Amino acid sequence: MNYPLYIRSAPTENELKFHYMVHTSLDVVDEKISAMGKALVDQRELYLGLLYPTEDYKVYGYVTNSKVKFVMVVDSSNTALRDNEIRSMFRKLHNSYTDVMCNPFYNPGDRIQSRAFDSMVTSMMIQVC
Amino acid sequence: MADEALFLLLHNEMVSGLYKSAEQGEVENGRCITKLENMGFRVGQGLIERFTKDTARFKDELDIMKFICKDFWTTVFKKQIDNLRTNHQGIYVLQDNKFRLLTQMSAGKQYLEHASKVNFR
Repeated sequence: MNYPLYIRSAPTENELKFHYMVHTSLDVVDEKISAMGKALVDQRELYLGLLYPTEDYKVYGYVTNSKVKFVMVVDSSNTALRDNEIRSMFRKLHNSYTDVMCNPFYNPGDRIQSRAFDSMVTSMMIQVC
Repeated sequence: MADEALFLLLHNEMVSGLYKSAEQGEVENGRCITKLENMGFRVGQGLIERFTKDTARFKDELDIMKFICKDFWTTVFKKQIDNLRTNHQGIYVLQDNKFRLLTQMSAGKQYLEHASKVNFR
């Protein structure tokens, strides 16, 4: 079942286009994961790297050991953003997601409505834009 | 260790409290056991998210089982699983010969009648 627990875009016009891109990138994520399973690539990292570039955007992926997928879409014109910055953004997402999971009032599978999660994402997006 | 005793007492009370507040027929139809199992499952989910956050990606099922039997069990119960068996078709049997949450209880005769109610997932 592939539905988003959390999705956020800035700017908010053309939001649907980003939702669509994220959804199609899930197939690329699955391909990368199954390639690892067949030991074609020995990948011990959770970070997947650049999934595919389009002419306007770059899409990055990250999958946890509990099979939760994080997808990030970044404007191609943002050349200042480096790989290790993307990695650290994914780590922050993973850390905040772990906090959400440990909240006994959160029911796994529900949309994430945590304010702490929201403000972490907001501050990351502000840093990048 | 003091904190271990606190958790054991809390855990015993959770089981007994759940059974005391069970509605008609819930004890017989297994609803209490289901509730306890669901609680255990949910706690396990949170623990796993935290413990796997910094580990390398699991290559296959064997990696996952090794993690559960060694790292996870040691972090939660301070010992490893004693025996792991599999039929190589997806079924795994984990055996802990001295399960830490039960050692106090199994040492004496006091709780023999309630022993079947305690569930661990």
